[in-house]
Formats: sequence, C-alpha cells, structure tokens
Amino acid sequence: MTPADLAELTDPFARLLEAECPPATVRAIEAGGDASALWAAIEASGFLDALVSESAGGVGLSLSDAYGLFALLGRYAVPLPVGETMIARALLGVGEARETATGPIALATAMRAGDRWQARGVINAMTARHILVTHGDALTLCDVVDVVRSTPPAPFSLSCDCEFGPTPRGINAALSRINLRALAAVVRATAIAGAVDHVLSMTAGYAGQRIQFGKAIGKQQAVQQQLAVMAEYAIFARLAAQTGFAAGLPISEAAAATAKAATSRAALRIAEIAHAVHGAIGISADYDLHLLTRRLHEWRAADGSEGYWEARLGALRLASNAGSTVDFIRGAIAGAC
Amino acid sequence: MFDTVTLATIPPEDEALRPVVRKLIDDALRDYPLLARAKTWMGFDADFSRKLGDAGLVGLTLPTEYGGGGRGAFARFVVVEELLMAGAPVAAHWIADRQSAPLLMNFGTHEQAERYVPAIARGESFWCIGMSEPASGSDLASVRTRAERTATGWRINGQKLWTSGAHECHFMIALVRTSGNTDDRQAGLSQIIVDLSLPGVTIRPIHDLTGNAHFNEVFFDDVDVADDALIGEEGGGWNQVVAELAFERSGPERIYSSALLIDAWINHLRSVGRAGGEAARLVGQFTAELATLRAMSLGVTARLVAGESPVVEASLVKDLGTAFEQSVPAAIADDLGSHPDETVSPDLMAALSYLTHMAPSFSLRGGTREILRGIIARGLGLR
Repeated sequence: MTPADLAELTDPFARLLEAECPPATVRAIEAGGDASALWAAIEASGFLDALVSESAGGVGLSLSDAYGLFALLGRYAVPLPVGETMIARALLGVGEARETATGPIALATAMRAGDRWQARGVINAMTARHILVTHGDALTLCDVVDVVRSTPPAPFSLSCDCEFGPTPRGINAALSRINLRALAAVVRATAIAGAVDHVLSMTAGYAGQRIQFGKAIGKQQAVQQQLAVMAEYAIFARLAAQTGFAAGLPISEAAAATAKAATSRAALRIAEIAHAVHGAIGISADYDLHLLTRRLHEWRAADGSEGYWEARLGALRLASNAGSTVDFIRGAIAGAC
Repeated sequence: MFDTVTLATIPPEDEALRPVVRKLIDDALRDYPLLARAKTWMGFDADFSRKLGDAGLVGLTLPTEYGGGGRGAFARFVVVEELLMAGAPVAAHWIADRQSAPLLMNFGTHEQAERYVPAIARGESFWCIGMSEPASGSDLASVRTRAERTATGWRINGQKLWTSGAHECHFMIALVRTSGNTDDRQAGLSQIIVDLSLPGVTIRPIHDLTGNAHFNEVFFDDVDVADDALIGEEGGGWNQVVAELAFERSGPERIYSSALLIDAWINHLRSVGRAGGEAARLVGQFTAELATLRAMSLGVTARLVAGESPVVEASLVKDLGTAFEQSVPAAIADDLGSHPDETVSPDLMAALSYLTHMAPSFSLRGGTREILRGIIARGLGLR
C-alpha cells in the first residue's frame, strides 16, 4: 500500500478514536465505567476485522499495513484489548471460536503453577469479554466468567493476573502451535510506539508553554537536551515496532523480540524524561500524562520485558550460523520482511 | 513528530550489489587482521580504494557523465554496509565519496565537477575536511582562516586542526572567511578547494592515545589558489557546510564502529562455551539495538532518496547510534572482566582496547553530542 493509501485507512480511525476515546472516556472506563459504547463504535467501524481476509469478510490488511492502526490504539490509550482482538480474529478465522467471541479478547500465555494454569499481568483483562490463552501446546478461548481475575495491582490499571484452573475452560482453537506471547509482544510494541509519539508532543508542548525565570523552560539547554533524547527514543521505538510488524504473520520471533526489547527500553527512558520535564504536575491525577506513562510502564513489563526478549534474541543469534550480526539482522529480522 | 522517518526496505536492484561487493572485499582482504578491521573507515589503503574505484563502487551516487555510478542512496548504503562490516580500509576515498563530491555536484560548477569528480569516482583522488581549527570546534562559524582576494584568485592564511587523513590526501575543502570578520558569524564564510601540494601548506600529524596518527594540523602560509578554487557563492559557505554535514552525518558508519567487536566477542563466547545466560542476553540487547538503528539509518536513507536534506533526522540517528557504538566496548569489557579466569585472545583484547580508547571520538566527530541534541531541539521547535 502506498503512504497515501495507508493514510486513507488510518485517518478515519484516528478521527474515530479522537471522538470516541478522549481522556475523559479513558478515565471513566478505568474507574470501572461501562466500555460498551466505545467498543460498539470501534466494532461499527469495521476495523476489528482489519487483519481478517477479504474472503472471510474482513479488510484483508497485512500486519505491516495495519501498523498505523495499532499505533493509534497506543496514542489514545484505548482501555480495551482492541489490537489483541484484531489479532485474535485473524488467527481464529471462521468457526465456533470466532462466532462466540464477538466482544473484546485479551491475549494470555499461561504457565503451570502447582495444579493450575495462570498468567500474570494480562493487559486489558479487566475490560475483556474473552481471553485467548495458550497453555502448553493448547490454545483455548475462555469466557472471562470462567477465569479468576485478580485485583489489578494499582488504581486505574486494567491489567490483572488470570487463573484458569487445572484446565482452561472454553473453546479449543484448532490451530497449530502459535507464539502467542510474541504476538502479544508486537501488539504491545506498537502501542508503545504510538504512545511515545504523543508523550513527546505533549512534553515538547509543555516545555514551550511553562514559564519559569521569565522564559519557557524549553529554552533551557538542559531541558532541550533531555527532549532531544526523548525524540531519539521515540523514533527508535517507531522503527522497532514497525520491524516487528513488517514480517507479517506468522510472527517472526526474532522480529518480535527486536520490537519488544527495543520499545521496552525506549518506553522507560521516555516515561522518565516526560515526568522530569513536566515537574510535579505530571504525577497529578488530573493532568493527562499519567494515562500514557502508566501504560508505558505496564506495556514495557508485560508479555516479556526487554530482558526476556533480549535473552530470546541472543539465543537465536548465537544459534544461527550467520557470519555476522548484521547478516543475522538482514536475514532473520529485517529480511523476514 | 519526525513522521517521515519510517521503515524502508532496500530495493532488490540495489540489494543485488551486495554479493559483488562482498566477493571483491573477501578476495582483497583475505588475511586482514582484526585490529586493522576494527578501525573500519579510519583505515587507509590507496590500492584498495583504487580497486573499488575500478569496480565502479566509489562515487555510486555521482552522475555517470562525471564517472559516477548514477545510482541512488540505497545502492550506496548496501556498498557502505558491506565495507563497514568487513572493516575494509576505505579512509582514502571515504570523505570524497561521502561528502566532497556530492558537495561539488550540489554547489560547484560544471568545470569543477569535470576536473575533480572523475578521479574521485576512480578511487584515485583523496579529499579531507577543513573545518575545525584550534579555536573553532563546535563553534564552526568562528573560524579564522582567511582567504583574501588576489589578482589571480585567493591567498589563504590560517590553520586547520583535527583534519583526518590530511597527510595522505590530495585536496581539502576548507571553510574560510572571505569577507567581514568573526563578529559576522555565519556571514562571509566560503568553501575553497585547496590542493595540499601547493607551496605554503604544511601538514603535521597528531599522535593519538592509541599510538596512531590519523588527525593532523594543517598550516596555510600565503597559500595562493586560483579563482575557480571557490565552491559556490562567496560568502555562501555556511549553508553549503550545513548541507555537507547532512551527508556526513546520515550514513550507517555512525552505528557500525563496534560491530566487528561484537562478532569477535561472540566468537569468544562460543569458543569458551559461554554462549548462554547473561552473555546471551547482552548479545540480544546488542542485536535488537543494532537492528533498530539500522532500520533508522535506512529510514534516513529513504529521505535522501526522496531528494530531501534530512539534517535533523540524521542528527537523531547519529546521536543514538554513536551512544550504542560507545556502549559496546564498555559492556564487553565488563563481560570479559567478569570472567577473569577465561583466556581471551590477544586479537580480541587489542580490538577492545582500540575501540575503548577511540570511543570518545564517536560522539565528537562530525558534530558533538551536545550540538546534535541542540539541532534536534530546534527541530522540536524549542529554539
């Protein structure tokens, strides 16, 4: 798709989210409010089927072409597992699972803890209607009524630990082994990339307006240097996230690892600088910055933090017979595109 | 912000250059030692430059009518990447190819292009950058070297400092003051081609902390050049320099200085059977960062292909890239130092030491970190 085509696609989605998911809506849903109106608006747009093939009634976008849509979900701090649902619908195709799960679907990778399956810190589990969970070699679509969701670890958070019992109850998705954690990781990476662009704009804007010592704080060289670093990491995050998406489905583990490791590192630095430049107002509830920076921290840690994916990527690099790291990058990461 | 920098792929016709370049390099540098390779584009070898020129791999982006390859920035990226990854000794032609010839094409006359560019494209003509002076580093507009009009051209007096490779180059493009005084700042500056074999030119090497003599002092005592040594407009030198710096800053040589060290260290890990645990995580960190920086560099290359002058974007990639380059020897030194009972090859230790000692220069050359961040801040609308 040409950049013009892509803009034709993402601009309406941006306008939709601008109208339907302003900060006030994010706050209301985080406070336990009803998310169904927002979900209905997104459903009506048709974008939930962006990755579903045209023959199955979807838009038929490649993952790479859909990058802009996923980034917008991060930029607007959408408090629903929209990106996850787009991925899930593409994976599930037609069938019982797809017909059952018409609402928001979160993605979880469960581990055995004693006699139970559980997943820690599932993003947007609190506003999900279903959870698509891998457990061992199996993949099950669970209704949240069959899942024990813990209390989120912080006020306003929509993420929680999920317990699925000895065997997750629900519809078994007959799919060959998929790397759901890697899929969740690239969704998170693109959300980070979209969010940090907006954090950069907000912070640069604040620095230009906040007057101290008779001039905007953005005129201070120390602040300028910090904002320059923030801009560097924002572009770094964008290119990393695009790399994760560029190889398409099935997800390339090396590309996903690159995307999530790099965006996780960037997310932390950017959140730190944003709060440093904003001063005290940045941690107040009324100011909108925390809607994004709380998410940056959650997204950084979820679905594998940088340490997890760097270890995975390092193992892949060391196991490859590529003559050099750049050859490995060209073959397994960039070249997967 | 900076929305134009996005993921770009190398077109297949440019990617097709890669095996050709790789074979040429492999044949020419068969037993080239690691320490020499670790110098990457600071290694000088006139024969190698000529070999590349013969193969049409120098001056790829220059017009064919002047002996260039008539290719785009992606083609050059592929060739540059292969040369850097092999640690090939490209210093002789590097600056001419990267910025001097493009500057002549953008601002010079047809006669100047005809006279100088073909030899550059053959890999036979070596050029250096005359910008820094003892009192003018980051504050480039304060240069004091003067060129006074004479009946036949210009007479140059002054001094340049930190001139890479001057002792082995044929020409310098010098930023000099041709009118006004230093209070006029950017106004009154010009770029002049100086034939370094002219009387009055004295070049003295500067020995660095690695024992090499890559940089030089260059003194001008009544150096007379012809009228047509001026590039572009008299007094228009500043804008020309800014454009030239965009070329200087936008290539992948700003991210690859430590790449060979990474691979030498990986070989070490394999040989001592420690290719797991924290070392593997560090390998992954380097890989993720390098992959992303490469993507950023390709994104900037795409802007060059689009005919833009991505000054701010190039600064952004260079600052992040050089920080990465500097982090690599530091982290590897810690890794090796954390395993004091391992045997480490002298080659690896020498390459590590070299890069550790040269690392400060990565974020000084071509624009310091603080200056680049100021440029980015201006791009953010803060200055």
